[in-house]
Amino acid sequence: MTVAETEERIIRYNNAFTETLAELLREDPDVFIAGEDVGRYGGVFQSFAGLNAEFGDERVVDTPIAEQAIIGLGIGAAAMGLRPIVDLMFMDFVMVAMDQIANQAAKMKYMYGGKAKLPLTITTTAGAGLGAAAQHSQSLEAWLIHVPGLKVVYPSNPYDVKGLLVSCVRDDNPTIFTLHKKMLGSKGHVPEGLYEIPLGEANVVREGTDATVIAIGMMVGEAEKAAEMLAEEGINIEIIDPRTLLPFDIDTVVQSAKKTNRIVIVHEAVRNGGIGAEIAAQIQEEAFDYLDAPIARVAAPFSPVPFSPALENAYVPNAERIAEGVRGVLHRSS
Amino acid sequence: MATKEQTKISKEVLFDLHRRMVRIRLLEEAAGRLASEARIPGFIHLYVGEEAVAAGGCVALKPEDQITSTHRGHGHLVAKGGQFKPMMAEFMGKATGYCKGKGGSMHISDLDLGMLGANGIVGGGVPHAVGAAFANKYKNNGLITMAFFGDGSTNIGAFHEAANMACALHLPVVFMCENNEYAEYTARDRVMAITDVADRAVAYGMPGVIVDGMDVVAVYEAARVAVERARNGEGPSMIECKTYRFYNHAGVDAFGTPYRSDEEVREWMERDPIKLFEAQLAKAKVLSEEQAKEIHAEIQAEVDEAIEFAEASPMPDPSSDMLTDVYTEVS
Repeated sequence: MTVAETEERIIRYNNAFTETLAELLREDPDVFIAGEDVGRYGGVFQSFAGLNAEFGDERVVDTPIAEQAIIGLGIGAAAMGLRPIVDLMFMDFVMVAMDQIANQAAKMKYMYGGKAKLPLTITTTAGAGLGAAAQHSQSLEAWLIHVPGLKVVYPSNPYDVKGLLVSCVRDDNPTIFTLHKKMLGSKGHVPEGLYEIPLGEANVVREGTDATVIAIGMMVGEAEKAAEMLAEEGINIEIIDPRTLLPFDIDTVVQSAKKTNRIVIVHEAVRNGGIGAEIAAQIQEEAFDYLDAPIARVAAPFSPVPFSPALENAYVPNAERIAEGVRGVLHRSS
Repeated sequence: MATKEQTKISKEVLFDLHRRMVRIRLLEEAAGRLASEARIPGFIHLYVGEEAVAAGGCVALKPEDQITSTHRGHGHLVAKGGQFKPMMAEFMGKATGYCKGKGGSMHISDLDLGMLGANGIVGGGVPHAVGAAFANKYKNNGLITMAFFGDGSTNIGAFHEAANMACALHLPVVFMCENNEYAEYTARDRVMAITDVADRAVAYGMPGVIVDGMDVVAVYEAARVAVERARNGEGPSMIECKTYRFYNHAGVDAFGTPYRSDEEVREWMERDPIKLFEAQLAKAKVLSEEQAKEIHAEIQAEVDEAIEFAEASPMPDPSSDMLTDVYTEVS
């Protein structure tokens, strides 16, 4: 390690989440947390460890296994001026609570004539790779970005976990904050204290000239690995991490498309109806004349997430498949 | 039966109960008329027949307490203090409506009055009452939340989750069931194996009482007990009000429907909660027939004025209003 790196404060993705929650709870008495197992046990992934002990049962609340009522609790409390953070243990459980998320939280401001202010943050964990099979592994961002009124974020590193979570909790709209469960142990630099990363601003993770890879969540790290592989072949890719999926920073993406003229979109969810379809559509609307190849998508096959490691490893996109995708868009026009 | 109770209840409260019921009735009759003339677009679910529930429940509340509502929410908003002009304008989809024309009848609300919104999803609003009650307890503000819901919504998961959570967290909630015997167009006994919704209360760990939902004093008395319990930190209660909607699930037809008999509808109409109460008030010499008529006339004039206001109001502008209020802008 260089001197500069040792001076950085390196902590885990999961600890960044816990630390941020504690700092937010200390900062604002209107913030509270509620969800399944978040209290005494500290969450199934220990993402809430120690919070109940420090802040008590009133502010870190164990709830019944009742996803609709958990979101409803957050909605009612937010409408009354609190800043609830409610947890859906696995993103797959979004479907159980979808009425409260999509019909209630998202629409309340609009259908009640603008009077409702809902500073509600829903935290959850997405992603495959842990042998958790079909109902505990999905990335369902595409279901959520279809809903006007929501904001959806998906951090790819510990620094962004803190900055995006702070922005979500301080935002006056319902936000969905998605951790990737396979990244919980990953490490990175996280400063002490609270800071915000504005919602709706993409991060250009790596600058490049030959093609742009737009990757979300754990796929950002895979794209970085792919970039190293491709660099050895003389291919220099740009990587964009949208960080916020709704609202989506199309400007940064279009700017990059105009520069590299080739686009590969990578996500962990199935390709059909995935967020890649929406991003591709927006790019061609804004920058069709700049594209030298059809936009490529690297995503999961159209099946539920399988259990067997043999199947799951082949299911989740990785650096090799991303590199293949990039080679594909380059060869088309050469 | 009410005369004994009336001796305990102040005249002020009796007048209040009466006025709120009449306000609901006259607004609803006008709304139904306008809907059948296509001067109000969309679906309309009228509260006529159930006035005693909203009035009895809301008179037992403080103005700052909150309520949640259903798709049949006009009565709840009126009972919570809703004004006719912005209500009528909202029914017509006008920019001057409570929801700026974006919600309509089914989402009528005024959060400033603690009315957290009529809700198009059966059972969808009940969990919000749990959240509002959580906030009351969290802030220790002495306020409580009353959730209005129908018999039908007690069959949906959200209701069960909310009732259990409210009891588990010991929150200041009053569960106010309007059992009107029909879940939309299906009779209760075709979709529930129990007769009394209140039987469900014990399963959650809260008291459940049954009252005559056509008797506004009975509803008010039961609500007062439950509200006091909630306010004293003794947790949730459920009140089942046996009531009836005079019109169809949606629209203004009362008779000639295949799912309930005209005879049954007429029997319930005989027990019109406003007529029953006015007879009691007259008998007790609290309010004469003449005085009641005057009140009706005064409220009718206000309804008529609201219709004029609503019809003269502008529609929202698609070019400027479509995309506002989707999000709260970052300040």
